[in-house]
Parts: sequence; structure tokens; C-alpha cells
Amino acid sequence: MKLLVCISQAPDTTSRIAFTNDDREFDSNGVQYIVNPYDEWYALVRAIELKEQQGGTVTTITVGGTQCDPTIRKALAIGADDAVRIDSEPTDAMQVARLIAGYANGKGFDVILCGKETIDHNGAVVPAMLAELLDCGFVANATHMEVNGSEASVKREAAGGEENVNVMLPMVLSAAKGMAEQRIPNMRGIMSARTKPLAVEAATAESGSRIERFALPPEKGACKIIDAENAAELIRLLREEAKVI
Amino acid sequence: MSVLAIINTQNGSATKSGLEAASYAAGLAAQLGTDAVGIVAGPLSSADAIGATGITRTLHHEGAVQDSGQWAKLAAAAAGAAGATHVVCGHDHFGRAVAPRVAIRMNSGLVAGVTHLPEGGTVRKNVFSGKAMADVAVTTDKAVYTVTPNAFGVSTDGSTTAVEAFSADLGAARETVTGFESASGDGQVPLPEAELVVSAGRGLKGPENWGIVEELATALGATTACSRPVSDIGWRPHHEHVGQTGITIRPNLYIAAGISGAIQHLAGVNQSKTIVVINTDPEAPFFKAADYGIVGDAFEVLPKLTAALHALDS
Repeated sequence: MKLLVCISQAPDTTSRIAFTNDDREFDSNGVQYIVNPYDEWYALVRAIELKEQQGGTVTTITVGGTQCDPTIRKALAIGADDAVRIDSEPTDAMQVARLIAGYANGKGFDVILCGKETIDHNGAVVPAMLAELLDCGFVANATHMEVNGSEASVKREAAGGEENVNVMLPMVLSAAKGMAEQRIPNMRGIMSARTKPLAVEAATAESGSRIERFALPPEKGACKIIDAENAAELIRLLREEAKVI
Repeated sequence: MSVLAIINTQNGSATKSGLEAASYAAGLAAQLGTDAVGIVAGPLSSADAIGATGITRTLHHEGAVQDSGQWAKLAAAAAGAAGATHVVCGHDHFGRAVAPRVAIRMNSGLVAGVTHLPEGGTVRKNVFSGKAMADVAVTTDKAVYTVTPNAFGVSTDGSTTAVEAFSADLGAARETVTGFESASGDGQVPLPEAELVVSAGRGLKGPENWGIVEELATALGATTACSRPVSDIGWRPHHEHVGQTGITIRPNLYIAAGISGAIQHLAGVNQSKTIVVINTDPEAPFFKAADYGIVGDAFEVLPKLTAALHALDS
């Protein structure tokens, strides 16, 4: 089975969020970048599990500059076989999807796995765009997947529960919690990741949007503390002051 | 020229997310001085709620469509037939599968998870898990927007909508829905759509103690949720986990009991309109993100809140 996993890097969750250049750019000063958790914990690990069960190869693909290489090496340390980096600084998800589709088209990948969204732009649109560009089936927010021959049986999050979906291969899916468990790379994996192939390709694609400026939300007012003995007062405040119940 | 709303249905009625998309489309159409048109597929028992959002014409594809690629073909055909310059869809599980495909088909820029109507050539969305906002400009002639759940609201001051049969060549399906497993079965509103949420964490000490959480949720008409450790150790099901790696929610009221408020948890709930934190530890970081706090034991405080709600009802 030929598996492709889309890996993005994202600022660590604890990063201070600030902007520069007249609020036009994210201030990456002192920011620690990590593998986007949905890509790493769920999509990548499930791909490695499928390879372990059924044989095949796991390739990762990342769109970005050389600053992404540590992220890519981590994915290789966890167990991917090889990696591709499309050397481009994308302005939006559409450009990312077109660059990945441009690489994947005609290469015979059976399943392309993505995380359900990145934790910086929270768009959740690259996976379905990829499916449309590659003209194949798609499942969003998948929590479980088994591949049986030319078909996959997938569970996905749906309103009020989970849906079971059968999808013909090739397919794209976006992975959510439940798909797999996080794996910590071991020393052997870290050592071998240094010599695994990382191909860098140049490509261009059209985007469809651009961020004009960022803004920070207004500061939250002080928390109003209510005495534990007078819990009913909270209900009154929620009704009369916050007006949420 | 028009604005097209992709309106998902369930059991013959528009979903809340579908009605939010319809309301946004109507608001955008008013801004542009044009009409808002809806596209619906499958059984539709009443179009009243759709009309009330301000959608004046509803294109109705009689057969239900499950496949995201077929849905995109249907929506793009409807956009063509209606002369739509903008397409709006909910940013729920349905919109995440369909709207990006529509954007590719129409070669239109997409802004995912918008929270406001466009203003001055840009449209606002949340980024960095709610820790910042971005104003995004679409650089193509047409645009696709997906609307963040519970951000824009459902309008009810429209009138009626004219329902017209609509069909298009959808090609073959590649995705087949074979079953549905209800998460709760107790009639709770699904978490991503819930306006009121009661959540609890390790402070509850064990799954056998969740009765007091469920009782408060029932008294409020709220949906239950939990923190990551609680779902990881199996006290509560995965689908209840809200936070960075679980579900992101945006309810009007989020009550958190026995959750310290790690930054990963806050990332999933910090867009809630009102946050109430109940914790025995006055130094719990969650109090900094809260609107109201009670320093106390959830085992004592939750039943008191439930009793106070019951007292109001009687």
C-alpha cells in the first residue's frame, strides 16, 4: 500500500501569539515549532500502523521552506520511510492543496492522510481540496479506518455520533482523535531519520486568498468570584447579567 | 448575481449549521443588494425555517446525496444556475468535506470558519485556536465562505422561500454511508452545536461520579463534555473530549468543574461566550480565562447549582 501523509508544522500550543510588520505577519520570534498534532498523532501514526499490518511505504509531504526540516525529520523518526518538501511559502490553503496535488497526481498513492486541521490557521480545508483536485473520495474528521482491498471502512464524526462510511480507494482522509495513539520516537528512529531521503522539489501554484492583517481578541475582564456557599447567586448572574440561560 | 447557501439537512429538516449558513448568505446578499438562494438535497418536510433566514429561493435536489464529491458537483451546478458570486456553507463536518471541493470546482478563494460578514474587502475568522483573529481577502472573482458554528446565529425575520426542483449530473458516488452510531442516545444537542455545555475533569475522581455533572446538564438543557485526561483514561467517551486535540466548541455558556485549565484545554473552549470555572484550587489557571468562578468542591457546588435551577422552575 502506498501511503502519503501531509505534515505541517505549527507553533507549539504554549507559544505567545503576537504579530509584526503592522500586524501583517505572525511574530515567530522565540516560537517553538512542532509537528501539527493532528498530522502527527493521528494521520502519521495510522499510516505507519497500516504499513506495519499490510506492508507498503509511508511518504510524508510538507509545503514550506528549510525551516520545516526539523519537523520533517521528526516525522521520519516516528517511522515514515521518506519525505518530500515542496519548497514554497504558501499564502493560503488552496495553494498548499494545489502544490500537494501537483506532486501526488499520477504517483499511485492509495490513501492520503491529513490531520483534521492545523492548530495555527484552523482552516480544515486542504484535505477536501486535495480530494477534489485528485478526483477521489474523502472522509473528514475520521476517527477509525481499516483498508480492505480496494475499499476502506471509515468512521467519522457526525452530528450526535459517528457515521460508518465505505470509501473506494484511492482516497483522502482527515484524521481526528481516536484514529491512533501518539508515538514517541525512539533512539533508533531518531538516528535512522537523519539518513532517510528528504527530496526537495520546486513548484508553484495559484492561491485564492491572503491574510491582510491579524488582530488579538479584547482582554478578558477579571473573573468574578462567587462564594461556594452561595452557588445559587451564580445562576442568578448567568440569567440576569450574562443572559446565557 | 446572487449568494448561494449550501444547506445540509437531517431527517427532512435543515441542520442548525445549515440555517446559520443560510442566515449568513441572506446577510451577505442584503449587503450586496442581491438575492440569497439555497441548495438542499434529499427529503425536505418543510422549508419554513429556511425561508425565515431570508433565503428567497430554494433549489431542491430530490434525491439524498451522501458523497462529498457529488455534493460539490450539485452545489457548483446550483451556483452556476443561480449566477452566484458567493457560496456559503457551515463549518461543520459536512462543510469541511463539501465547501473546499466547491471552491476548487469554482476556482474560488475559500475563507474557512468566518465569524462576521465581510467588511472593507476582508472577512474575519479566528486563527491560532481562538487566540487571534485574521482579516482575509479573497483574491479570486468568486468566493466561498464557511461559517463557524454558533458564531453568526440563525435569523428568523425573513419570510417564505420558493422551492424549485433542481437536478444536475452528479457522476458516480465513491463514499457510501453504511451506518450511524449515536453518541449519547439521550437527546443531548451534539457538542459542536451546543449553546450550553457542562464539562468536568479529573477533579471528579472517577467515572462513577458523573451523575452530578449529568444532573446539572439536564437541568440546564446542556450537553456534557470532558477534559482530555478523562477521555484518555476511559472515564468518558472520546467524542466528549474538548480541547486542542479533541473538539473545539463555542457555546454561549461553558461550565468547567474540576478542570485546571491547561492551555491545550483552553484552546478548545476559549471562544465560549461565558466561562464558569469551579475548582478547589484558587490558583488553577482556568480562573484567568473565566468570567465567573467558584472556589469550591465540585461535589458540593454542582448539586447546589442543580437545586438552584430546579428552585427557579418550581
